[in-house]
Amino acid sequence: MGEHHSTYVPKTGIERWVDARLPIVRLMHDSAVSYPVPRNLNYFWTFGGILMLMLVSQIITGIVLVMHYTPHVDFAFQSVEHIMRDVNYGWLMRYAHSNGASMFFVAVYIHMFRGMYYGSYKAPRELLWILGVVIFVLMMATAFMGYVLPWGQMSFWGATVITNLFSAIPIVGESIVTWLWGGYSVDNPTLNRFFALHYLLPFMIFGVVILHVWALHHVGQNNPSGVEVKNYAKDTVPFTPYATVKDLFAMVCFLMVFAWFVFFHPNFLGHADNYIPADPLKTPAHIVPEWYFLPFYGILRAVPDKLGGVLAMFASIALLAFLPWLDTSKVKSGAYRPAFKIFFWVFVVVCLFLGYAGSQPTDKAVLTLGGRVVLDMVGFGQILTIYYFAHFLVILPLLGLFEKPLPLPASIADSVLASTGHGHPAGAHASPEK
Amino acid sequence: MADNTMKAPGASEPDRRDFLLLATGAAGAVAVGGIAWPLISQMNPDASTVAAGAPVEVDLAPIGEGKAITLKWRGKPIFVRHRTAQEIAEARKDDNAALPDRQADAERVRAFDGKPQEQWIVVYGNCTHLGCVPIGFSGEYNGWYCPCHGSHYDNSGRIRRGPAPRNLDIPEFAFLSASKIRIG
Amino acid sequence: MTIASRILAAAIVAGCSLALAGPALAAGGAEKPPRQTWSFYGPFGTFDKAQLQRGFKVYREVCAACHGLSKLSFRNLSEPGGPGFTEGQVKALAAEFRVKDGPNEQGEMFERPGRPSDRFPRPFPNDEAAKAANNGALPPDFSVIAKARSYERGFPIYIFDIFTQYQQQGVDYLTALLLGYEPPPPGVKVEDGLHWNRYFPGNKIAMANPLAAVFDDAGKPHDPNFFSDGTPVTKLQVAKDLSAFLMWAAEPKMEERKRAGVKVMLWLLLLAGLLFMLKKRIWSRLDDAPAKAH
Repeated sequence: MGEHHSTYVPKTGIERWVDARLPIVRLMHDSAVSYPVPRNLNYFWTFGGILMLMLVSQIITGIVLVMHYTPHVDFAFQSVEHIMRDVNYGWLMRYAHSNGASMFFVAVYIHMFRGMYYGSYKAPRELLWILGVVIFVLMMATAFMGYVLPWGQMSFWGATVITNLFSAIPIVGESIVTWLWGGYSVDNPTLNRFFALHYLLPFMIFGVVILHVWALHHVGQNNPSGVEVKNYAKDTVPFTPYATVKDLFAMVCFLMVFAWFVFFHPNFLGHADNYIPADPLKTPAHIVPEWYFLPFYGILRAVPDKLGGVLAMFASIALLAFLPWLDTSKVKSGAYRPAFKIFFWVFVVVCLFLGYAGSQPTDKAVLTLGGRVVLDMVGFGQILTIYYFAHFLVILPLLGLFEKPLPLPASIADSVLASTGHGHPAGAHASPEK
Repeated sequence: MADNTMKAPGASEPDRRDFLLLATGAAGAVAVGGIAWPLISQMNPDASTVAAGAPVEVDLAPIGEGKAITLKWRGKPIFVRHRTAQEIAEARKDDNAALPDRQADAERVRAFDGKPQEQWIVVYGNCTHLGCVPIGFSGEYNGWYCPCHGSHYDNSGRIRRGPAPRNLDIPEFAFLSASKIRIG
Repeated sequence: MTIASRILAAAIVAGCSLALAGPALAAGGAEKPPRQTWSFYGPFGTFDKAQLQRGFKVYREVCAACHGLSKLSFRNLSEPGGPGFTEGQVKALAAEFRVKDGPNEQGEMFERPGRPSDRFPRPFPNDEAAKAANNGALPPDFSVIAKARSYERGFPIYIFDIFTQYQQQGVDYLTALLLGYEPPPPGVKVEDGLHWNRYFPGNKIAMANPLAAVFDDAGKPHDPNFFSDGTPVTKLQVAKDLSAFLMWAAEPKMEERKRAGVKVMLWLLLLAGLLFMLKKRIWSRLDDAPAKAH
């Protein structure tokens, strides 16, 4: 698709003058108007646009919050309450920002699972996928540091626990943690640097997003059939108006979910303990990270060894970057891979349960037989962790070798035809939107 | 029909789509406006700032004749000057001089109980040129002199010479008694 | 897809039963607070002004000696969406408090009557003084206490909470806590300076029963006209009124937020409807295009 020729025709003299010097209008036209989009994309493909919307929303509300926030241990909590009570629409900015982070992760997880189901990481989209993993990691770092800023109990103890992960590194671990803190504990220097980095990282995310979109527009979008575009006229539609209007519709639907939380349930996704000002002398009874970190936190806790747990957690994220080479199947789309489809959904459920395990007290019983605890939360987490790694390291490599895929359609247009004609098994995924 | 798909947007069936497109565009524009307003409004003074800027009462008794004080209200200096009879006479004498911002001295004082309290001058302490704070009892007219760009004010706070365009502004204030004012 | 969804459903059911198989572990042995009815529940819920005014009276006469309200200003009491005191009432009320100000021209701090723009003064000069006066226990500030207290809802109830908008854990807990003072069960020893409470995590709380300031041992109010609006003075009423007041204190913009939310939702719904129709029309041009393309 990178070979797609520009169809931009400057109409007026001014447009021609600009185009000869800085073809920015041409760039926008080629990437947001005439850019060819596979015609069979389903609504899961709208989450890229939704994520862009969320990134912009977070940056705007974030900049506004910075105008009123004070990054100092004595004033941070107070200044957040000042925003909530005194600043015009401050409550809206703050709730939109805190819930926006959650919505950002909702969208990114759907986006990632969509990529996994339809094999969007396979050639020629490996770099596109890896850039996505980089964005995900930056997002996690940004969200983590942002959560520290209100300087509540969860802020403080979350910062303490997560920075202490680095103390697991042999020999230099303690020095690294001291360096991260800028002191002997999480304190004012830590808050200030987290604030600075929390402001910086979103712009780095923005930069990587540009690369991500560039890579996407170079190789073209994957699609539910997993078959590459063969005939532009038959297989694709121009981005505007087809994808534009569909993305806009999906964005507004997503905004309704967002608004539900912001306006009617603003603290559901947060934690009550973060409304208690940070106290370095008292840890809350049960500390948990924000929901979007829970699966990884579940992996961390499942490993009984400190260094092992930290390594397992980072490995579980790093593994994602190797996915293009771990999945050995030649077929992209899960719609044509009967066995993969089952394993995919099992994997989704495992991730959900890892999150559940991460949220629960470690000594909680999961399975009791005759009054005896057969499985507690740690054991449950261990089973799930083993499965998580097995999915990437055993199941995906082997599946590609042994699985017998369904016959692929000859082209995107054919897959559309097949699904509109009669109830094709892959209908739910491959039908064009009407 | 197939090449229909590659036509420019809006090239086909404009009539059927026009109203819908307009309505959607209008609804979208309203939504964008609705989002923009809180983002703009949040930069206005917040409720605590507005509340802290409530009127204040100032006791004039400690300010002796020929003296002045500077107090801070809403973050700005306010000069309260207790003029001598001679100073008042000097100011009134120039009522008809060639003043850049013509105003009689009597218009710059407030009354209590029907009696003008001409010994009290209350002005914002920011030069009307670019906002610096002029120095009291100095300048060619023994009023105020702004060191930033050389504006001279008389003891009534009227601009006499220099780049300032206006007399020193008078805040909203009223006498609660002969020795007490409320500013704001 | 059908196979996959069946497996998914089976896995979820299996998982849920796994998770529920374990006995519900109540946090620290405390009981879950019973649910109360609140006027501010749901998308259209608002505060009951009379209740907030009664709650403020309880706060002032029972709690304020130990618990601060430091994030609030007196002026908040007359602001829209709150207890609805008049500005005159707030001015008079603020003047009853002594507020530290200064330094004056002699360089000394001094006390003056409060103004509406002042924040509520703290009951103790600092946390250490507060601890020293309270047997080593720090009475928490009440500004956001209704959002800072909660209890585990448990899976899958918290999923349903998204749709029912239940978010009154804090006020339910506070009400229960106020009513939860009981003699300890037989065999349980409660140390000096601690009190047994059915709903407090760990059951042993440093605060003595605060309602003893309003009710005698037999449960009768010292002053049957404690509420000037004629509301019967019962323990439940006093506890709920105070909790509702604290909910407002923690979330003073709740009414403004919900009102805005209803407008936003309706507008988004309209926009979504329009975009859906627009999208259908634009895409309908493609309806049978592939068939004819052959």
